[in-house]
Amino acid sequence: MGKSLNTSRQDFPILEQLVNDEPLVYLDNAATTQKPQVVIDQLVNYYQHDNANVHRGVHTLAERATAQYEAARVKVQQFINAASSAEIVFTKGTTQSLNWIAGSFGPTVVQAGDEIVISYMEHHSNLVPWQQLAKKTGAKLRYIDLLTDGQLDLDAAKQVIGPRTKIVSLAHASNVLGVVNPVKTIAALVHAQGGYMVVDGAQAVPHMPVDVQALDADFYAFSGHKMLGPTGIGILYGKQALLEQLPPVEYGGEMIDFVGLQESTFKELPWRLEGGTPNIAGAIGLGAAIDYLNQIGMTNIQAHEQALVAEALPALQAVEGLTIYGPQEASQRTGVIAFNLDNLHPHDLATALDMEGVAVRAGHHCAQPLMQWLNVAATARASFYLYNTSEDVQALVAAIQAAKEFFQNGTL
Amino acid sequence: MALSKLDNLYRQVILDHSQHPHHHGHLDTVDHEIELRNPTCGDALQLEIALEDNRISQIAFSGEGCTISQASASMMTDAVLHKTPAEAEVMIERFSDMVIGDRDEDWTILEDAAILQGVQQFPARIKCATLAWKALHKALNSDTNTATTGQIVNHAETEGTD
Repeated sequence: MGKSLNTSRQDFPILEQLVNDEPLVYLDNAATTQKPQVVIDQLVNYYQHDNANVHRGVHTLAERATAQYEAARVKVQQFINAASSAEIVFTKGTTQSLNWIAGSFGPTVVQAGDEIVISYMEHHSNLVPWQQLAKKTGAKLRYIDLLTDGQLDLDAAKQVIGPRTKIVSLAHASNVLGVVNPVKTIAALVHAQGGYMVVDGAQAVPHMPVDVQALDADFYAFSGHKMLGPTGIGILYGKQALLEQLPPVEYGGEMIDFVGLQESTFKELPWRLEGGTPNIAGAIGLGAAIDYLNQIGMTNIQAHEQALVAEALPALQAVEGLTIYGPQEASQRTGVIAFNLDNLHPHDLATALDMEGVAVRAGHHCAQPLMQWLNVAATARASFYLYNTSEDVQALVAAIQAAKEFFQNGTL
Repeated sequence: MALSKLDNLYRQVILDHSQHPHHHGHLDTVDHEIELRNPTCGDALQLEIALEDNRISQIAFSGEGCTISQASASMMTDAVLHKTPAEAEVMIERFSDMVIGDRDEDWTILEDAAILQGVQQFPARIKCATLAWKALHKALNSDTNTATTGQIVNHAETEGTD
């Protein structure tokens, strides 16, 4: 072990560069995170030495590739404390995972007149698939309202979740507001009504310890690239009995057991759901990312981000004209801070910050209903990760001040 | 000082257009109308055009966007007013060439909008600058009977993806 947050930054070679002649300050981690050298090396090593298809060959390379691919699955299982590796299905990412649940599991439990419940803070990936399911089945899509500071309104949740509720699907952590939703409490509410709890964990798994059994989530989706892993690999966790009910979305390749002229049989979980050649390198790279995160420790990562937010929030609140969305207390936030400066469009602000080497996101963050709820067209967003430092926070605040000055002098 | 490079993008005339946009609002009589969205930032631009004797006799825009997209829309409406649709199409093409830095030539045909050539150095902002011009192109081509006063062609389109 011995991996420390203090030395982690040097494991990320991409961070050691100048952008627009300034040292890079990467604060767009909610969109995607950078990759440590060990993950990059693992990808290269796999393609250089072990590349073969999985679960097909009897030759040595096929055996090696399969062993590494399945070892990655076990790492994921242990990382989120799933009961069995059969409950870990490799997908392209959170979006695909959620689409599979809504598109394939959804129609098996939702009928006309039923209700699907989400919230105003959902990412489009956890909103549009449910809209489509509601349209297809004649079910009603209902929203849990938010409190004025952006936290989920638990009283509203108790009102909305009722006997007709078949599925509740919520973000574990918001990609805009920085709030963490009380998944366990909501899961108890929906289970009491006989429904299912789906969780979009894209912004939670990379940043805090997550135990899917303790949460009592029925399905839980997240992405590799937001937790130091490669793009194009993600996870669909489901309780085994429910995954058994999930009809495969794709037929062919690895998921086949026996094919006759008229009938076929399929493999057992989780392979039954992984048609075609999977993203083998992606899964192996994700396994290396999990090893890296484990060496530092998720509790330490969470505490580190908490400290950055505790430093950033008051400094940003002190900038005159800056509006911060979501809770104003650092203790109630993750390392995601969305904000707007005066009447300046966030695109203009983000371009100015980029000139100072500070990379933030500007836009609606794939959460347009939330933007409507906030009554803004878009926001800027800074999001931290384990390699960010106090210096990064100071650079962000200084860049915002410089941008403010520039646009004020420019008469905006 | 890194922000000094921003002067290339945010010249005074651009800030002026953004703060006091020309032809902002709505027309009484509309021949072509379109709403174009830039989904990367949530910006939306509505463009209304009235034609008379095969010339753009009136033009107006509304919606919300960043400094660059608002200034570009304002400059575009100035530049194409009283032009024929064919003349406007030439300007649209020249503007597109200019912001992607395809060629280096005389952009005076674009009037004030020529100052947006600084966008070349900010590739992420090309979509902001071109939104109004793409809206104009789509609006002018939304109906072949371009001279039929009072005919409203109303449709929303999306430019690019996130």
